[in-house]
Parts: sequence; C-alpha cells; structure tokens
Amino acid sequence: MADTRTTGIPAKVTQGAKSKGGIGESTLRPDGTLKVTGEFAYSSDMWHEDMLWGQILRSTVAHAEIVSIDTSEALATAGVHAVLTHEDLPAAKNYGMEYQDTPVLAYGKVRHHGEPVALVAADHPETARRAAAKIRIEYRELPLITDEASALAPDAILVHEDRGDHHAGHVTHPNIVHRQPIIRGNAAEAAKRADVIVTGEYTFGMQDQAFLGPESGLAVPAEDGGIDLYVATQWLHSDLKQIAPCLGLPEEKVRMTMAGVGGAFGGREDISMQILASVLALRTGKPVKMVYNRYESFFGHVHRHPAKLHYEHGATKDGKLTHMKCKIVLDGGAYMSSTPSVVGNAASLSVGPYVVDDVEIEAIGLYTNNPPCGAMRGFGAVQACFAYEAQMDKLAAKLGMDPVEFRQKNAMEQGTIMPTGQPVDSPAPVAELLRRVKARPMPPERQWESSEGADVRALPGGLSNTTHGEGVVRGVGYAVGIKNVGFSEGFDDYSTAKIRLEVINGEAVATVHTAAAEVGQGGVTIHAQIARTELGVQQVTIHPADTQVGSAGSTSAGRQTYMTGGAIKNSCSLVREKVLEIGRRKFGSYHPAWASAELLLEGGKVVTDGGEALASLVDVLEDEAVEIEEEWRHRPTQPFDLVTGQGNGHVQYAFAAHRAVVEVDTELGLVKVIELACAQDVGKAINPLSVIGQIQGGTTQGLGVAVMEEIIVDPKTAKVKNPSFTDYLIPTLLDTPTIPVDYLELADPNAPYGVRGIGEAPTLSSTPAVLAAIRNATGLELNKTPVRPEHLTGT
Amino acid sequence: MDFLRPASWEEALAAKAEHPTAVPIAGGTDVMVEINFDHRRPEYLLDLNRIAELREWETGEETVRLGASVPYTRIMEELRTELPGLALASHTVASPQIRNRGGVGGNLGTASPAGDAHPALLAPGCEVEVESVRGSRLIPIDDFYTGVKRNALAEDELIRAVHIKKADGPQQYSKVGTRNAMVIAVCAFGIALHPETRTVRTGIGSAAPTPIRAKAAEEFLNAALEEGGFWESKKIITPSIAKQFAELASGAANPIDDVRGTANYRRHAVGIMARRTLGWTWESYRGTSRGSTEGVA
Amino acid sequence: MRVNFTVNGRPQEADDVWEGESLLYVLRERMGLPGSKNACEQGECGSCTVRLDGVPVCACLVAAGQAEGRDVVTVEGLADYAKQRAEHGGCGTGACGTPGGTSLQDAQQWQAKPLDSQTGEGGELSPIQQAFIDAGAVQCGFCTPGLLVAADEMLERNPSPSDADIREALSGNLCRCTGYEKIMDAVRLAAARQSETAPSQGA
Repeated sequence: MADTRTTGIPAKVTQGAKSKGGIGESTLRPDGTLKVTGEFAYSSDMWHEDMLWGQILRSTVAHAEIVSIDTSEALATAGVHAVLTHEDLPAAKNYGMEYQDTPVLAYGKVRHHGEPVALVAADHPETARRAAAKIRIEYRELPLITDEASALAPDAILVHEDRGDHHAGHVTHPNIVHRQPIIRGNAAEAAKRADVIVTGEYTFGMQDQAFLGPESGLAVPAEDGGIDLYVATQWLHSDLKQIAPCLGLPEEKVRMTMAGVGGAFGGREDISMQILASVLALRTGKPVKMVYNRYESFFGHVHRHPAKLHYEHGATKDGKLTHMKCKIVLDGGAYMSSTPSVVGNAASLSVGPYVVDDVEIEAIGLYTNNPPCGAMRGFGAVQACFAYEAQMDKLAAKLGMDPVEFRQKNAMEQGTIMPTGQPVDSPAPVAELLRRVKARPMPPERQWESSEGADVRALPGGLSNTTHGEGVVRGVGYAVGIKNVGFSEGFDDYSTAKIRLEVINGEAVATVHTAAAEVGQGGVTIHAQIARTELGVQQVTIHPADTQVGSAGSTSAGRQTYMTGGAIKNSCSLVREKVLEIGRRKFGSYHPAWASAELLLEGGKVVTDGGEALASLVDVLEDEAVEIEEEWRHRPTQPFDLVTGQGNGHVQYAFAAHRAVVEVDTELGLVKVIELACAQDVGKAINPLSVIGQIQGGTTQGLGVAVMEEIIVDPKTAKVKNPSFTDYLIPTLLDTPTIPVDYLELADPNAPYGVRGIGEAPTLSSTPAVLAAIRNATGLELNKTPVRPEHLTGT
Repeated sequence: MDFLRPASWEEALAAKAEHPTAVPIAGGTDVMVEINFDHRRPEYLLDLNRIAELREWETGEETVRLGASVPYTRIMEELRTELPGLALASHTVASPQIRNRGGVGGNLGTASPAGDAHPALLAPGCEVEVESVRGSRLIPIDDFYTGVKRNALAEDELIRAVHIKKADGPQQYSKVGTRNAMVIAVCAFGIALHPETRTVRTGIGSAAPTPIRAKAAEEFLNAALEEGGFWESKKIITPSIAKQFAELASGAANPIDDVRGTANYRRHAVGIMARRTLGWTWESYRGTSRGSTEGVA
Repeated sequence: MRVNFTVNGRPQEADDVWEGESLLYVLRERMGLPGSKNACEQGECGSCTVRLDGVPVCACLVAAGQAEGRDVVTVEGLADYAKQRAEHGGCGTGACGTPGGTSLQDAQQWQAKPLDSQTGEGGELSPIQQAFIDAGAVQCGFCTPGLLVAADEMLERNPSPSDADIREALSGNLCRCTGYEKIMDAVRLAAARQSETAPSQGA
C-alpha cells in the first residue's frame, strides 16, 4: 500500500546503543522524534487513495421511538456511496464491553441525545454531511429518565425493557444497572461510641476525558472479505471481540493495528467509530475514514459518571473514626459500558485510605437517558474521594483538630483490613505521604506584586483583568486517596508479550511485540527498558501493537506497567532460559559455571552472578532466533459478595496525597490555584521522568474538575448543552500551577520490580485538595464540584 | 459555496453589492467555526484578507481611525496609549493565535453580546465607518447594536474602520470568565474617564441582549463627581458613591441564565467590576497610582 | 476551487478544494502534511498552530482560499525554519534580548540523564523540538506540533522569557496529558540552550 499512511509507531523503532537504558533510568521516548516532527501518524492522519469519508447522523432527542427513517433523498445525492441504517447491518446489532446492550445504529428507540442512527459514506466530508442532513427521521418522544427519582419511581419507564445481563437478577429496580452493598461490623452500634457525627450530601459533575485526538480511523476492506482497521483504542482485543460479531466476520478476518493515540484517559476503552467505519467499508468496498469533530467527540465516547454521594461519619473525641455509612448513586446513562465495575470500585473504595471497621455502604449505578458514562481515569474512586475527603475536613473541624493530623491518626497502613475484608498486603504509606506534602515550604504570598504593578497573570481571573488584589484570599487544603490497580472482582486479567532475541548485523537485538496501547503514557519507553534489563541487550525494537499477538488487556486502571511490564519480564526470562539452554548445549563443556542456575544476561553476554562472562550472545545465538509468546497474569481476585460485599476483590492499591494552595477572589468567585503539590508511592519508578509526567497530568485533570470542567445536561431535555471546547473548559497553562512531585518507592512484593500503578491516584486527591483549599479561603461548605463562581458568591 | 477574493476595497464593496448574502471573512474566528461545525453554509464567502488598508490605522487629533482588521495583537501592543481600554480588552480576546488575526470588525460584524471589544468601544465612544457602493456613513456606536447578534449594517455594507476617541483620561476593562485565559466572557465591563468633558462612560458586555452602556450609573456618577468637585480636587471617591455607581451598573444589566453563568451572578459581577474599574481609573486620574492599582500583563 | 501557496518553502497547489475547507484540512488531507493537528477545529486548543506569513495562527480558522499566495510554515518545516534562522545570524531576527532570565540550571529541572538522550540523534531537530524530547514534554503528542510552532515563535520574539511570559504565550495551546510542567521545562531549556549558543548573548 504505497499510497497509504497507516502505521502509528513505525515498524522499526529502535532505541540507541550508547547507554544501558534499563529500568530505573529516565530514558527518552522512542517515538519522541516522530512526535516533534509531525511524522507520528495518529488515527486521524490515516489516509488512503480513493478513500471515502464516513459521517454519522445522531439523534436530536434523548428518548424516543423511531417511527420512520427515510434515506432516499440522501442516497440520491451525488458523491454519496452508501447510506445505512440498522436494517443494513450485516450481523449482530449490539456491542458492549461488559454486556452487549449498545446498538451499532439505533433501532426501535433512541435512548440518549447524540446516539448514532444512520451512516453516510461519500467522497468528501462535506458531501457526507449534506447527505446526512437530508435523512428524515420521525421520532415519537418518550418520557425521560434523568435522575435517581425518575429512574426508580415505581411506574418509571424502563430504559431497557428486556435485560439479559447477569446483574438484572439482583438489582432492586430494572433501571439500576448494578448495586453493590458492603456491610462490615455494625455501623449502628459503633455510631453510639461516636462523640461527633457529621453527614454530607455531595455532588460530582460529569467530566469529559477531553483527549485532544478525536475519535478517528481508517477501515480498509481486504480481498479475503475481511477488514484492516487502523484505529486509536485502549484495548485492541476487547474492540476485536465486539467488532467481529457485528461485522459477521471471524476474528482473524478483522485485523486491527494501533494507530497513534491522541490521549485516552478511559474514553477509548469503549468502541467509538470502529464498527461504523468497518460497516461502511464492507458495504462500499472502499477504504473509509472517519474523524469526529470536537462537537461530535462529546457524543462519541462515555464520560465520567456524575454522582450523588451521601456520607455519615462518626469519630471519638480523641479523633478516631468510629463508623461510616454511605450511599453513592452513579448515573450510568443510557448504556451499560463499564458501569458495574465503576459501582464496584466506588463501593469498595468508599471508605478511603482510612481504618474504619464498622461500615454500611451502598453504591448503585443507574440507567437513565443521560449520556452514557463509563471509564475515566480514577474510575469510581474519584467521586468517592471527593466526598470522604470533605467529610474528613468536617470531622477535623468539629473536633478542633488539624485536618492532616486527623487523617494521619486514622490512616490505613500495611495490614489494615479493607471494608471488603481484604487485608492490605503491601506498603500503604498514607500518613507519610500527608506528612511530606505538609512539610513543603509554602509558596510566597502576593506573587502578583511586581515593580510595575499587579501582574494579573498571577491573579484569579488571569488575563481578564478582574482584580489587582482586591478580594483575594489565600487558602490551603489537603487530601489523600486510594485507588485499586488492575482489573478487579475476579476478572481474568492478563497480558501477553512476544519476545524475540536474535543477532542482527553482529549485535543481539530484542524485539518486543505486545498489543498494549500506547496512549501517551510511555509504555513503549518502559517496554524497551525492561527488555534491556532482562536480556542485557542494547538494541530493542518495539513492534507495532496489533492483534497478531495475544491480548495485552486495557491501557487503563494503572495496569500496563504492572501487567504488560510483567508479561515482558516473564517472556524475557523464558527467552533467557532458552538462550542459556542453547549456551549450555554449545559451550557447557568448556566452563563448569554453565551448570549454575544463576546465570544472567548482561552487556550482551552470558555472565555468572559473580560477573564472569561466559560467552557473548552473538556467539550463543549465531543465526538462531529465540522467540517466546506467553500470557502473564496477576494473582487472582474474587468477586464481591452481592449482599455483604466481602471478597478479596483487588490486586493492588495506589496512594497519593495533595496539598493545594489557592487564591480566591471572594467577591467574584474566581479561583487561581497557586501550587498543587503531590506525594505518591510509586512502588518502583521504572522511568522517573514518565512517572512525574503521569502524576502532573493526573493532578491537572483533577484540578480541572475542581474548578471548571463539567458536561452540562439539561434536566428537562437530557440534552448536552456544552459540547464544545468553548463551553467545556479544560485548564490552560495559565490555570495550571507548579506541581512539585515527591515520590516514594516502596516495593510491592507481589508486583514485577515492585511497581505500583501510578496514573490514576493523582487524579483522585487533587480535586478534593483544591476544594478544601477553596473552603479554607472562603469558609463556604461547597458540596459540589466543579465549583462555579455562582457557588462562591451566593448568586 | 463561492469564494470571493476582492483585491481592493472597491472590489469588495462591488462584490457585496452584487451578492448581499456574502459573508465577510477576515480573521475567521466566528465564520470558520460556524463552517467547521456545520452551523452555517453561506452562499458566498467574501475574503477581506487581501485588503491591506483594513489592517492599518491612522492617528488623528481627536480619534484613531482603526481599520476593521487591525489584529488585536497590534492594538494591545501598539495602541496602549491612544486606546488603553481597547488594548486591555484585546488582551483578553481568545488566544494569542486568534489575537494575531482577529480585529474589531469581526466583533462588530457578529455583534454578539459576548464580543470582547464592545465594552471597550462603548466606553470611550466611537463611530463605526461603514461603506457600500452607495457611499460611506458613520454609525455612532450607541446606535450600532440593534438586537441579539444584529447590527445597523445594511446588507450591502461592509465595516471599514472604527473612529475611536483617543483617551483623554484613564480607561479600564475587566472581563469575568471561568478560566484564566482563552475564555468567552461571562460578562465584561469597560470604563473610560473623560476629564476634558468631565464625564465617565461605560460599556457592559454579555449581560444583556446587546452590548450596552450603564447610562443611569454614568449619569449618577457624572452628577456626583461634578457636585463634589472631584474632578478638580482629585480626592478619593467616597465609598458610597462607588457603591451606588456599582449598584446602578449592575441594575443596567439584563442578563440571562446560560451554561456560562447565571443571570444573578452576571448582575453581581458587573457591579463588582464597575466598582473596581472605577477605583483603578480614578486612582490613576489622581496620579497617585500605587503599584497595586495598575494591572500589567 | 484551486489554491496555491507556499508550505515550508515549497510551492504547493490543491485542486477541487471546497470553498468551506480550512487551511488545516488542505494541509492534512490534500498536501500530505498531517503534522498540524485537528483537535477542536474551533480555535480553542492551538493544536493546528502554523505560521502564516510568519505569524502564528490557528490553521482551522483560516479559510483555504485565504491562504492563496501566502507563506505557511508547519511543524514539518520547523527544523528547517529554525536552521535558516540560525544561519541568518544570532537568533535570526536580531531582536535578541539581554542575557539573564532562566539559568541553565533552572531550566534543567527535567531529569533526563544526558547519557540517554540518544533519541534525537541522526535527525536534525530545531532546539525547541529537541528540548521537548529531552524534558519529557511529549506524552500523547497531539498538542505537541502546535505548541512547538507557538513556542518557537515566542522564543524568536522573546529569547529570555519569564515563566509568566511562557504561560501567557502558550495559553492558547491546550495539553491534556502533561499538566504543562514538562512543557514549561522544555521551553526554559530551549531558551537556556539558545542563550548559551547565541553569540549576541555576550555581556
């Protein structure tokens, strides 16, 4: 395909030969040069001669029966190659990650604003848009389910009438996707010991991942009747499992290659345009490109669940927590996506990183006609952390204690039993993380003052010139959070690594082939580092991720360094065994040390643990290549009991703490975050530069949802009111403070190299830390995030 | 869609006369978003980029004749002395990239109440020079905005320039947005002191169907300043005068609730901005400008 | 319609352009230059920043026809552009500021070990491109091309920017991955390296 631009990461990305470049070093990204020169091919950059453009027509109403669809006028448009509705779908009509309840194209009903109803393929995007506008759809609108009250009313209309999923049997209402209670100890009895009790109702707004690279890709029909798909996703094999049945093709005829991914943050864990582009390509026999624009992107992926959280905590006079009761209601929107797992996380992590023996917890996820919600960085733990950290501050205030000391007094540590009954069996330095952020020197006051006057760039309002210091009050707040790492609740979570070691041009070269999605986090950097460390080679080639190798699982849940890192480490050690076998066969008789079990590969040689070189890899391998493809699993987990919530559901936990320093213009209700310091235990920093980048990025997404980010859904129509970057705001460089990072490396003995998933934890505690700081500055209660100027000014 | 590319102003006027539905495009800030998001499909796009004089300005005795396409970047960098309020407003417009292409002609043509330039045009006072093949006329800014996203242009007219009074006193501009940069106004306020005429003029953005002046606030303040001899004495404006001015400014607003903010908040914020910007300009007028009253960026 | 303009020093032509197409679309889909990114298409993210007659603009807000006869520089041409600027003496524009500002030590808050900076070897990168790699300012990379064009132009105008200057100059470029800290490091680093090498930065 000479006229095709399809590879995300080029086939032969090779890291150089000058340095050791193993684990623990800040090696630089192998895709860095391509990314700074504009040559890195993202999914929206795919191009093929003679390709068509796909366009989706989406529902203009949130809940309606589809009375009729008339595509005739659209089909008659010059330049249009296909106009499809659900009637034209080749096979299965639904897809879904956990349960297939999501229509490829709506049939019978639409259940949310912006649901795909029809498709057009044309020779130019404008032709496709004009044709789509000519499709006539008649809707008969239905009552809307928009919140807990309307969803759970006894006579509520059901979002899905015929549920066949495995949660349908245990939920208390068919508009509840999943319900997870956790009962441990006796909260009612323990409450009697409490000297103070605080309650709170908290609201968490709907956050968007707002990755910059829009949903996009290219589907190329193949001569064998199959399809070659170049897309940006977090999990190729999960996509494959959902795509193939909808195309009526066996999985081996759906060949997926990872295109460059412009950020993900959970929003690419579900399918977006993959099936739609493929259906058009198969129908027209031509390559089809689809690219959502920013408006469409807001309808093109699931969002973070908005939540309402009711909490009650008690504590004794000396500051020990007695009990906790909570009810967490997550709005899952119109389709299931990963709502059940989000519910499980919210419930099992609802206590936070604290010791509380007596709890009564209930988390539910709703079906509504709001936009579907699913995975986003922090996944259920974010909403809970916002609420329990507000509660901690309230308790400390009521007890007259320092909020950090109060938290430290109740901090979980290794050995603590979770509300699920699961012991925390690796380091949990919660008190230490808090100590570290608190011990930092405070940023100087009144940094806006300069010899030339107030520098508005350092003030709330920024360039908008709203204050020169008037009304500005400083506040400081703290928060800490706990996030599970990896897939939980009995999920068979594994990754696969194919490692090849061979001699090329007189040098031993390792090739790492996995299906792990590089979404920006730097997995490709780490994979090479691990191969270097394990195989003692300099040259490592990272093969493009595709479905020609086994599943790597999702790039989410902070799991890829642990899981695909673990798989690479494991496959490398199997390769090493084979290499040693060959070495023993060839050279074993020349040196007694070959019989030793402790041989290593280092610096291109087989060496003893005493450092004596026995042979070079080049001599051992000659023209023989060693290749291993092997799956690797973390230790098994268990589902949570549906009544008591008990069970060893999680693999590992991650902890981060933040201190936020803010300045609030209390008259206008505008906030400037001055500093957002983070301390986090990362287990082992495989690549310190990437670790810091993850922590700073996660922190900033938490900052965004504290002060500006929210998808606003009109409760009267269930329509999204701000699907654009004009009205859905994410932090700019002038909104983002310095983010000093202090990381600990306390190894988890169960994890490869002791690593701990790092990407998600900073997103948890950053939001409540900023909220706490704003409360500290204003004295307001602030039970909702994001905080808007209206909330701060009482208007 | 047709793309018209006049090489001169005369050609542009002729094209607009021939195709009254043609949509002028200069900086592209509004028009291209509408096209990219499929909100608008004009029959004709009338490109004004080739007309050099639209990007030029002339400084006269009384006024600056500011070409409709003079980029905001140049206004904020090169016209700070003559047009300090508009320079401050320009600095709040979108992003550096957009300020490099956009000019006041776009704000005036679109006539959205949220256009950042409007309060800074209302406060100093100006006239909009519009022209068609029929001739040229000057529209006082107070008569320019005729409704939500409507202005006084005839269908064959194009905006050539704005004649803005050169500052004869301190001016300020302030805009509330929920982000520290690159944000559309929740509401905005402009103020200009005119010591020569002993008047104060104002402009409010995003808090009514059109950009407006807070006329009752101006009248109150003008009277209070005159009565108290403040212009001569340059003494500190009493808190009660500032408070009343702010309340009247707030009262002039006629805002709505939308995704960017509530009506109540907008009224509240207009009052705060009115009080603060009055304080900043008056301090400057008194010549006792302390560090903390001068905004720089 | 047909449009002709210069991109990265080479004359380019596109035929059958729909009048509503943006410069961004023409660059990406008709000229084989997809380096400028299509993240928002509403001027709210800066990912498509290119230089139009030397001035940084959002390519998504330039109608293709408006580019007729003009000169465009994209990220693909940034290294050449910077090289030519350097060859034309000092910092290129002759507008170099005074020394001071960010020290190299301050700029090197990034922790990459020099021994491992081999990624850029071979290819010729502009100083700002190299600094983005070295400082870890690239994650998903979708914002990177626009940021590079904007940051390079800022350093051309203001070789010794304060942190506030950097924040303001790049406030029109959204990044969702990094939290901007490493981007700040990269720009400081490029400024510091530039001031070390620029002869006119003497006393």
